Formats: sequence, C-alpha cells, structure tokens
Amino acid sequence: MYDLSAAFGAALRMVAGFDPALMGIVALSVKVSLAAVAIATVLGLPLGAAVALGRFPGRRGMIVVLNALMGLPPVVVGLLVYLLLSRSGPLGPLGLLFTPPAMIIAQAILITPIVAALARQVVEDAWTEYQEQLRSLGAPPRRAVWTLLWDTRFSLVTVVLAGFGRAAAEVGAVIMVGGNIDGVTRVMTTAIALETSKGDLPLALGLGLILITLVLAANAAAYTIKEVAQRRLG
Amino acid sequence: MKFTRRSLLVAASLAVTLALSPAQAQDKFIVVSSTTSTQDSGLFGHILPIFKAKTGIDVRVVAQGTGQALDTGRRGDADVVFVHDKVAEEKFVADGFSPERREVMYNDFVLIGPKSDPAKVAGSKDIAGSLKKIAEAKAPFASRGDKSGTHAAELRLWRVAAIDLEKDKGTWYRELGQGMGPTLNTAAGMNAYVLADRATWLSFKNRADLTIVVEGDQRLFNQYGIMLVNPAKHAHVKKDLGQTFIDWITSPEGQKAIADYKIGGESLFFPNFRKAGT
Amino acid sequence: MHAGATLLPLVLDGVGYAINGTPLVNELTVTLSAGSRTVILGPNGAGKSLTLRLCHGLLAPTSGTIRWAGAFAGDPMRRQAMVFQRPVMLRRSALANVAYGLKLAGMAKAERTERARAMLDRVGLLALADRPARSMSGGEQQRVALARAWALQPEVLFLDEPTASLDPAAARAVEAIIRAIHEAGTKIVMTTHNLAQARRLADEILFLDRGRLVEGSPADLFFRAPATPEAAAFLREESL
Repeated sequence: MYDLSAAFGAALRMVAGFDPALMGIVALSVKVSLAAVAIATVLGLPLGAAVALGRFPGRRGMIVVLNALMGLPPVVVGLLVYLLLSRSGPLGPLGLLFTPPAMIIAQAILITPIVAALARQVVEDAWTEYQEQLRSLGAPPRRAVWTLLWDTRFSLVTVVLAGFGRAAAEVGAVIMVGGNIDGVTRVMTTAIALETSKGDLPLALGLGLILITLVLAANAAAYTIKEVAQRRLG
Repeated sequence: MKFTRRSLLVAASLAVTLALSPAQAQDKFIVVSSTTSTQDSGLFGHILPIFKAKTGIDVRVVAQGTGQALDTGRRGDADVVFVHDKVAEEKFVADGFSPERREVMYNDFVLIGPKSDPAKVAGSKDIAGSLKKIAEAKAPFASRGDKSGTHAAELRLWRVAAIDLEKDKGTWYRELGQGMGPTLNTAAGMNAYVLADRATWLSFKNRADLTIVVEGDQRLFNQYGIMLVNPAKHAHVKKDLGQTFIDWITSPEGQKAIADYKIGGESLFFPNFRKAGT
Repeated sequence: MHAGATLLPLVLDGVGYAINGTPLVNELTVTLSAGSRTVILGPNGAGKSLTLRLCHGLLAPTSGTIRWAGAFAGDPMRRQAMVFQRPVMLRRSALANVAYGLKLAGMAKAERTERARAMLDRVGLLALADRPARSMSGGEQQRVALARAWALQPEVLFLDEPTASLDPAAARAVEAIIRAIHEAGTKIVMTTHNLAQARRLADEILFLDRGRLVEGSPADLFFRAPATPEAAAFLREESL
C-alpha cells in the first residue's frame, strides 16, 4: 500500500513539475512508437488487405503465420535486430545500433504483424459485404484493396492503436537495441526497467502510471473519433 | 472527416522523419559500454556533464554486465569499454580487442544479508569464512549468475572459501541471471545473502530487511579498468574521441571528479590510476 | 444510347452451375436481346439470383457457355451494371458513391462530379448529395445504387430483387427509376418473386423453377396463358 501511494505521489510530482528529463523520455517514447506505427501501418495494412482478398497458394499458411507473429517474443526480435545492426552484423556499417532508428526498426518488426493480422480480419469481413458490388463496378484488385481500407478506416484506427499500445509498452526489444542510453535512447519502458533495477520502485511505478495514462489517452481519443465519425458516416 | 489518403501518407512520413531527426543532431559522441554498477550508482550522471562541458563530447553509456559489455566492445558496438573484471579485461587486451587497459578506480564488494543473519556472519571481516558458514547453514544466497564482474568476483571468492559450488550448491544457492539491481530486489524479497558492489548498494533504495553483513576484507577489492576498442579491429571506432575520454578520466581532473561523487557523505569510488600502468 | 458496336445480345448455351456437385442451375439456354425488359420470375430457390450473377459475370458457369454476341470488343464489364437486393453503400457521401463507379471507369474528377450530381437529380436525391450514404434510408440507398449504376450508362442493367427489402412507397420510386433507365435506352434484366411487379415492369418473362428454365415468353402471353403447369401453378398461388 505504501509503495502504491508513493508511486502516485511520484507520478503526480513528475508530471506537475514538467521535469525536463521526464518530458524528453516521454517525447522520445511517443516519437519512436509513432514512427514504428507509421511504418507498420504503411506495410501492415496493405499486407493484411492483400491476404484478405488474395487467392494465392499458401494463403492459409500465411494467415496462420501472421496470427502467430502477433505474439512474436520481443527479446527474440531485439536479439535479431541487434545481430543485424551490430557492427559485426550485416547492417553494421549503417551504425544504427544504440540509436532511436534501431528501436523504431525493432518495434516496427514487432507490430507490423499485429497490424497486418488485425487488418486482415477487418478487411476480410468488409470484403464479404463489398465483393460483388466492387467486382460489378469493375474495380481491379488493387483498387478494391484501397477502397476496403478506406471504408474500414474507423475500425483500422483501432487496429493501428493496438499496434501503438504494444510498441509503447514494449521493453525487451528496445532495451537491447537501444541500450537505454540516457537522453538518447531512454524511453518510458526502459526508464522503468532502470528505476526498478535501482530499487526505486515508487519512481518506476510512477513512470508506469504515466505510460498507462498515455496509452489510455490515445485509445480514448481514437475511440471518440471512431464513434463520432461512425455516427456521421454510418 | 476530410482527411484523405494522401494526408495520411504525409503524416506517416512526417512521423518517421521527426523521430529520426534528433538522433543525428549531435554527431560528436562516443558509445561507452559499461556496467550497471557505474550507471546505477549515479557516477556517470555526476562525471559525464563535467567531461561534456570541457570537451563537448557526448558520452552515451550502454550499461550491461561486464561480460556483455566486453562482448559489445568485441563486436565493435562501443568505442570504449569501462568494466570491472581484471582477468577478463586482460584477456580482452591479449586477444587484441584493445591496445591498452588502464586502471581507473576501485571500490569494494560487500556481503549483504538479512538482519536476522541465519548464518551468523554479521560483523566478520573474513569473507571466505563467512561464505563457508553460509554454505554450511544452507542459508539462501542470491547469485547474479550473469557473467558480470560481480559474478566473476563472487565465483572467485567461493573458490577462496574452498567451496565447490558444483558439488555443494543446493536450493539455497540461487542463480538469477540478472543485473545487480534486480538481484538485490530479489534478495530483498527472499531474505537471501548476496554479494554486491558498494556503489550500487549505497544507491539502492528497496533494501527491505537487508543490510551489510561483511565488509573490509582485502579480497573484496573491486578494480575498474577502461579500454579503447581497437581501431585496428573495428575501423569505425572513434579513436580520438574515445582516447580523449580515457585520457580525461585518468587525468587528475577526471580522478578528482570520481572522488568527489558521494552519497550521504560517503565516497562510492576511489580513483587509483597510476601512470606506470597496472 | 450506344452508337456503334454493342454488347448484346447475350447468349446462354446449356449453362449449368453446381456447388460441390449439387446442380443449382441446369441446362439454361436463352438469348437476351436489346431493348426489352426481361424479368426472371420464379419461386424462392429457383436459381434466379444465380442466373443473374452468371449473366453479369460475377460467377462462372460450371458447364455450358455464356457469351456476348454483339460486336463490342472491349471489356464487357464496362458496358453493364448491377443493382443488388441490399445496396452496398461505401462509407462516403451519396455523391461520392455515385462518382466512385465513374472514377473506376477513368472519368476526370470535374466531369464525374457533374455527372454524379445529374444522376442524383434524376433519382430525386440531389438535395441529399452530401449526406453520408450509410445514414440514408433503405429506399434512398437503393436509389443511390440505381444512380451509381445508371451513371455508367450501361447497355444492360441487371437488378436482383431491387425492391424486396423496401416498403411499398420506396418500391414504387425504384420502379419508376427502372422505367426511366429503360426509356433512356438500357436493356433491363431483373429478378423478382413479386408477381405484381413483374406484371408492371416485364416485356418478357423467363420463368425458372428448381434451377431450370421452364418457360420463356412475352409477358402478356405468359400472364394470360402460361404454357406449362409449373407456371400456371405459380401464377395461381401467387395471386391468392
């Protein structure tokens, strides 16, 4: 009980004080996760839609793989990206290890399957409804994909947010490829891990509360947008 | 809802650019792979701003266990390695991964244990005898188990105490495979004995019932060394910037900065660079 | 309406359609020519909708052939349109729904907006052009669907039970639009199980029962003197 109330106190003090170090950490968290989500969206939505509409050999297998990849263990992704980006690895010359781009890459790999798998479900349901009409209007497959993505955009916002939530809450991969460098690659989750290892549990929990609030706020905003838009556009 | 597909794409690319831009802002930096003890104790937070003010060089610290930190250097992912396991460090130099090792500072390990002290070792200055008692009492002992400098020191001390862990370890000996902080957290949770470096212990907050039970033994000495990753092995290593850091931390000014770092009036690290080398 | 090469007539020769070996349409041989309004009539499960989808090309026959026998050499899909029982409205305005088909046909933006507005005007919905299509009533949605199909200026328009989910007033509005489309020069092929509607709209009747074409004849003849006992029974039951 004592720890919990201390945590709330720590969280409030940090937020109220606009602690610049904290603000930097929050800003980096948001930036890295947004960038990862942007990449995952650009790759995952068309991929999900293509799998939803496509009739190609191995499609069922691909759906199973996509669904399975949703549960990709972050440490494994972290390790993989680490080995790729390490100076001794194939992409070493880029010098990306222990930088925010490395974290973005790791997160994008983690959440692209999530976005793709969820988008596939959404688009496939819409395709059942739209298929005959779109084919009747002479929509070529590529155009049909875009139309379906556009028409399910409010559901897809939720899909993308699921990706954002996972990215923002992830620690195993980003700590490995980012290195948790103060002021450079320290994000909310790695800061929480650090404070925990220093035994400063109230501070860690306080950071955790801020993170939860952030993810909550993003979801609430998206939910509201979805509700309002859906009421207007049906 | 007048947003179009194009505006979505624009927003997406904007987000990516925005996220990538600040990383490139300062290019005068080095990556130092170091140990959790130097970072968690707050030492870097104290000395790096001084170094930066003087040279303009940003030091990016990746805190890992000593074994992992050395490996990071070996892979060429750091410019400088700053750790505490003399044997492993000398091997690092011998293997050609660094041209030179310099001793920077030391502190000491302390044996932490529950106030109830089930093995009756509190107040002793004999670490070997104390470990023997713990083994005999089968009192819970939390080991880092992560090939870190502290882990290496702990294993060495068991050998000094003539305890054959392979033979004698039972459920009382718990290998966690964790950093110093998490290991202390776990030890606090199960009232176990644990070997820790003094700096991390002093800055550690979640002590619960733990306290120092054994300290002051010569054999608890903990030496830190610093090494430039060999540019001959990894051409991209920032040799000049890295050397500047090494030269500074072993200079009178850097050594003083280390000595000045205190928690509750107590020094955490004691500078001991000697020009003659080891 | 269409100068030069035409798509029609549509020739079905021994067309069959089966799912997992169960035949649902059998040995359908018929020619659909330009001009008239063809109504496919029959009880539930007769295969009316399947036949329509086969004609439109949404389904491929499992036996027999379907071909457009006219001289038109381009993509037949470009010259035909279909309106479904439940209109599929895209999540955008009524106007954008109508313009969507034109966009697929490659029409420039200014032109397609103008055409879409004109079509909405013709179905009496210009005032609602900017309303989200999905927020409209079922009858309004079906009229948007008709405008969307009509905007393509198809040579043939297929309609699958276009009024089945509508109340009588909305159904009448839809029928009026179908007449207007026909008068503007489009061949109409529609299914219905509603005898009164068939009487009002049909020039010729194709009577289907259990996947077979039982009778095909001019509408007045069919209603006056059905040639087969199945058709006679259907007319008797439905007029009760």
